[in-house]
Amino acid sequence: MHLISRPYRMFLVFNSVVLAFLALLCLFPIINVLAVSFSSSSAADAGEVVLWPVGFTLKSYDFVLQGGEFNTAFLYSLLRVALGVPIGAVITMLIAYPLSKESHAFPQRTLYVWIFVFTMLFNGGLIPTFLIIKEVQLLNTIWALVLPGAVSVFNVLLMLNFFRGLPKELEDASLIDGASHFRTLWSVYLPISLPSLATILLFTLVGHWNSWFDGMIYMNHVDKYPLATYLQSILNLTAIPQTNLTLEQAILLKSVSSRTARAAQIFVAAFPILLVYPFLQKYFVKGLVIGSVKG
Amino acid sequence: MNTKASSFRKNHQLHLMLIPGLLLVFIFNYAPIFGIVIAFQDFNPIIGFKQMRWNGFENFQYILSLPDFMPALRNTVVISVMKIVAGLTVPILAALLLNEARNVLFKRSVQTIIYMPHFFSWVILGGIIIDILSPSQGIVNKMLGLFGAEPIAFLSSNEWFRPIMVITDQWKEFGFGTIIYLAALTAIDPGLYEAAIVDGAGRWRQTWHVTLPGIRPIVVLMAILSLGGILNGGFDQIFNLYNPLVYETGDILDTLLYRIGIEEAQYSVATAIGLVKSIVSFILIGLGYYLAYKFANYRIF
Repeated sequence: MHLISRPYRMFLVFNSVVLAFLALLCLFPIINVLAVSFSSSSAADAGEVVLWPVGFTLKSYDFVLQGGEFNTAFLYSLLRVALGVPIGAVITMLIAYPLSKESHAFPQRTLYVWIFVFTMLFNGGLIPTFLIIKEVQLLNTIWALVLPGAVSVFNVLLMLNFFRGLPKELEDASLIDGASHFRTLWSVYLPISLPSLATILLFTLVGHWNSWFDGMIYMNHVDKYPLATYLQSILNLTAIPQTNLTLEQAILLKSVSSRTARAAQIFVAAFPILLVYPFLQKYFVKGLVIGSVKG
Repeated sequence: MNTKASSFRKNHQLHLMLIPGLLLVFIFNYAPIFGIVIAFQDFNPIIGFKQMRWNGFENFQYILSLPDFMPALRNTVVISVMKIVAGLTVPILAALLLNEARNVLFKRSVQTIIYMPHFFSWVILGGIIIDILSPSQGIVNKMLGLFGAEPIAFLSSNEWFRPIMVITDQWKEFGFGTIIYLAALTAIDPGLYEAAIVDGAGRWRQTWHVTLPGIRPIVVLMAILSLGGILNGGFDQIFNLYNPLVYETGDILDTLLYRIGIEEAQYSVATAIGLVKSIVSFILIGLGYYLAYKFANYRIF
């Protein structure tokens, strides 16, 4: 039996208090602004809101979801995710599988690995990349947001390390049975790597949802901004832009302030992340640890 | 030999699988590297790459003559170093505390909360930060007001801007940063603690003589690897929070490069800044990986 000494018990209490304080400190700004988004404009503008809405109302969300540019951007982000996530996953698997082979079985492996890893170490930079995207006619198309980041070397390394941990006999048995490498990847490797694949899908999804800079430089009209870019473009404005409002919005504008409307926009944009967060949390710790401090 | 021929045929498929990935990196990663030549040209987008006038190192000399360049370089390094130091202390302390927590449910809940900000973009967190730090309505100034303090315009103050960047960066990343140290902490051989207890070591001495030496390699590794980012400073965060009032202390190389390259469309000058930054970063990253390999036996693949 463990005997818990008095000083140690006091330490445990102190420890819990500090940890609880840290967690609350992390949450506090988020809850405060969330409360603002549900508060009446007068209470919000007077700075009366702390952790609970004052003069509870859904008008700000009404205003945001009433259509217009915000909705267009939301849909464009969904399209981006719907294209970017599957493409990213397929590309990752197709690169990770060959590169997970041993050098004696696949002699060119090392060269290929370097070709991919080098892109992590050195890049052309903002302007040359922009000019290439322009040169290949991708400006103002959804592909400018999907293709340049489709190869994530980080995800490839994660998957590659997972494949390397699998017993070699799996591949041997499959190839001896006459299956092609494509068939082996699809029918043998894919089914057992679903947890790792889930990690990659979630990372990619969050990455696409959160990306804003590429939208800002590759798209020259608000119509084609993904949500993160649209939000970024209005964040620093002191007032909600009054152009392109729908009629309903123009009416609602009287009962929302730019502060409550912006708070609502922030949380509508954050909502999908919150939605996948429980799944994310289930996978990322394992995935991250496998990927970084393997062996 | 028959087996060799069939293995060649099968390897052929391996090459085939790599084609889409190779195509993508050649277009989007390698082609821009060749595009760096415009750093040595007087590039005009209308004329195109070919008929350009070469101007040697004129663009680089021009950068040095820019009044904004040296402050941006200084700010970048100062902000990065502050962030690296914070990033090596806060997550380790938090991981040590989490490691001592005995109630599993409590520990899990704390982890769930502190990991969360990592997954929000700087656009969302920036929006929240701008709101809570607002001098007129923000909760932070309201609370300071209770103690009779005058409202502070944190994001427009050259005194406050850098500390706010470091603090908010930790808000986003410290929780996520604990993951790697927690993994290292659980990897410490429990036998070492038992031996320490037999030798009469109390909790503090166990922490000092077993726990801390146990995570030292990973701390050294993280420190070395963070060197590669010293010229970054955190574009997403700063771009979403800064304004001309705080260029003096908050403008970094990447934000300057953005203004010159995208807003002013001086492609050649911006590329030259990017090139210098890439080369320095490349050397630091290479050096970092070499040191990490040498001292911590760490390899990326």
